[in-house]
Amino acid sequence: RNIHKTQFSLLLLSHLELEMLSKKASQDSHGQDSSYFLGWQEYEKNPYHHVRNPSGIIQMGLAENQLSFDLLESWLQRNPHIVGLQRNGVCVFRGLALFQDYHGLPSFKNELVKLMAKIGENRVKFCPNKLVLTAGSTPANESLMFCLADPGEAFLLPTPYYPGFDRDLKWRTGVEIVPVHCSSSNGFRITASALEKAYQQAQQLNLNVKGILVTNPSNPLGTTMKKPELNHLINFAIAKKIHIISDEIYSGTVFGSPRFLSIMEAIIDKNLHHTDLWNRVHIVYSLSKDLGLPGFRIGMIYSNNQTVVAATTKMSSFGLISSQTQFLLSNILHDKKFTNEYMKENQKRLRKRKEMLVTGLKFSGIHCLKSNAGLFCWVDMRHLLKSITFESEKELWKTIVCEVGLNISPGSSCHSSEPGWFRICFANMSEDTLNVAMQRLKAFVSCEFNKRT
Amino acid sequence: MQLIANSVKLSRTAKMGLLSRKASCNTHGQDSSYFLGWQEYEKNPFDEVHNPKGIIQMGLAENQLSFDLMESWLDKNPHAAGFKGSDGKSIFRQLALFQDYHGLPDFKKALVEFMSEIRGNKVTFDPNHLVLTAGATSANETLIFCLAEPGDAILIPTPYYPGFDRDLKWRTGVEIVPIQCTSSNDFQITKTALEEAYEEAYKRNLRVKGVLVTNPSNPLGTTMTRNELNLLVDFINTKGIHLISDEIYSGTVFCSPSFLSIMEILKDRNYHDGSEVWNRVHVVYSLSKDLGLPGFRVGAIYSPNDTVVAAATKMSSFGLVSSQTQYLLSALLGDKKFTKNYISKNQKRLKQQQRKLVLGLQKAGIRCLKSNAGLFCWVNMSHLLQFNTFEA
Repeated sequence: RNIHKTQFSLLLLSHLELEMLSKKASQDSHGQDSSYFLGWQEYEKNPYHHVRNPSGIIQMGLAENQLSFDLLESWLQRNPHIVGLQRNGVCVFRGLALFQDYHGLPSFKNELVKLMAKIGENRVKFCPNKLVLTAGSTPANESLMFCLADPGEAFLLPTPYYPGFDRDLKWRTGVEIVPVHCSSSNGFRITASALEKAYQQAQQLNLNVKGILVTNPSNPLGTTMKKPELNHLINFAIAKKIHIISDEIYSGTVFGSPRFLSIMEAIIDKNLHHTDLWNRVHIVYSLSKDLGLPGFRIGMIYSNNQTVVAATTKMSSFGLISSQTQFLLSNILHDKKFTNEYMKENQKRLRKRKEMLVTGLKFSGIHCLKSNAGLFCWVDMRHLLKSITFESEKELWKTIVCEVGLNISPGSSCHSSEPGWFRICFANMSEDTLNVAMQRLKAFVSCEFNKRT
Repeated sequence: MQLIANSVKLSRTAKMGLLSRKASCNTHGQDSSYFLGWQEYEKNPFDEVHNPKGIIQMGLAENQLSFDLMESWLDKNPHAAGFKGSDGKSIFRQLALFQDYHGLPDFKKALVEFMSEIRGNKVTFDPNHLVLTAGATSANETLIFCLAEPGDAILIPTPYYPGFDRDLKWRTGVEIVPIQCTSSNDFQITKTALEEAYEEAYKRNLRVKGVLVTNPSNPLGTTMTRNELNLLVDFINTKGIHLISDEIYSGTVFCSPSFLSIMEILKDRNYHDGSEVWNRVHVVYSLSKDLGLPGFRVGAIYSPNDTVVAAATKMSSFGLVSSQTQYLLSALLGDKKFTKNYISKNQKRLKQQQRKLVLGLQKAGIRCLKSNAGLFCWVNMSHLLQFNTFEA
């Protein structure tokens, strides 16, 4: 949400003001795609409501999981004492109020590593003392950048990628992003040659590559990485002696096959866990997507590298998780029966909702990338473009936002190398709203078809 | 100098280049004897019953005196922690989704009113100029990122909170140049000291971007005088630099002189919106000390400068306050009857406890700096030293 809101800082700064503040503070709005902001602005001006504003704009640009709150709410109802900061009849308020240890609440970390293991079907075991808690995955990613790269160095990122990375990874760290171009020709999978090309490009730009960051499952693709892809990644990281950051914040949303394969599991499978590489692999996780709790700011870094753990632990001082929240979640996750049922049911609902979107899109003659995870689909609207250009994509996008009334995310905002792809979210609205959205799309497409024939 | 030496040393190790300089030299600068005290305590912590001979922790600036007041409020107001609105309806969903870096409006409103109350309502704060951060640690670092480039300098009066060496310098690349304060005048800031610090920065080829003061002071436990505050305003005016006033202990002032905020000084001197100085003064606040809630990570930046507010707001993405906690505290601080009672009782208890410490020290022939705030005293043990050195 906040990425959208930042776009409009078209502040007129006097020269004096520019000198007064740091470059980071002054240049912040520079380079922001103002048309991307348009979508958000339009939505805020005219938000859809099924009763009060049925012709308003439907928000489909927010990767939020709103499908399973009822399950959490009923857990809270059954456990009022936890919420009331009581454990075994004792008020834990005092202890929590004072607890600011950047090593994190031990019981919470114990539950989190069990959750991470469960998501990977218990093929990998994680240790709590390699886990560093952070206020969301945003500071987790930034801290890893601070620790793994100096200003002016670079990280490779496969495209398309989450727009927030441009700020989270680069802004205050001074680190550069060099894209690894993926294309529709092979389902946007990372290839060995794409990796090599990106590395070469970095060399040409005189940038020292420190690592590669992948999001698995991918945002915006909604796909999990398969073994061959992971192997390319691993071989590449070995050859170039660089780090791998695997942002696995959507790992609990995998609702179809193939099952989720963590980078850790892939490395252990290849018997590389006793090599140098093991010290260069780091995972980022969060409860914002799987449990739908972005407001609670629960993120973490997992690393086998003790120096990285030590440094990021200290850095977490700049963004610790509220102990009140650590306590609540540690108790929820401790209820294994609940957690297992939650994950299963949540995945079922996500799959159903995704299928609704896919079917609705198909009904309009629109296809999407076959996906098995995430809270969105990567949708192919190339056939609706006037020309295969990003300008045309922008035109189409403006039409969809302003005339069709759907705020979806254009591929250009995700650094897609091919125009015509859009990310459409499905888990942040009711079924009815999704139906309305699909009907509008159908009407638009029919209209376009009639115009052309 | 040390940083360069350290990175040279590190470049000789096998892990050369694997990690950033920030990660590799992160233990640098830690005063190992400071750490020793912590270590000794952990090995052998005092407990009235289980370990009466253990080490008593007197190195933690925490306020543990008034939890009972909060516990009783929680008892009477279960809805706040229970994700329920005042109408009893569940708001869990809305809170779970609330990650707007502009913060929960009700919370910001309650917080600025609380800040105002602490200042005797002599100044009011606009919630639109308040930026929430996960603790004052995050607030301070964010301000430095906004106001200074790597290699710039911030002037800080000594003695100062040890955490600043990391919080203000580590990831920002900014330097600290001390403003030397001495016991000769009860450690107050003087014009000379300010000028000398500025000169020192100049000699070291560092561009000074601002002054950061802690008021009330950690570790002195004193509030700044009107004279000192005026000096500061004059100084930043002349040099065209920023002033950060870390006021996280403002609610702990337990006897006169009453707390004088930098905002009040600006008001008194008729500086207001649009004037240059107004755009260069920023306040940091937190609930960690006044309310004793360091675990909840509630900090804030207050700045009249729109650009700073805009940039700091975006940067707060790297350390937002949990919406669960924002909601609980918006209810707590929104209860004006409670806050009034809490502030006054808490201050009374702090005063009592400080008296105990001062008297106890006096009995041992040890004096401390006369203080009226904070959670600590600045104690003079120079007469117990073998020599007048830091080694002693």
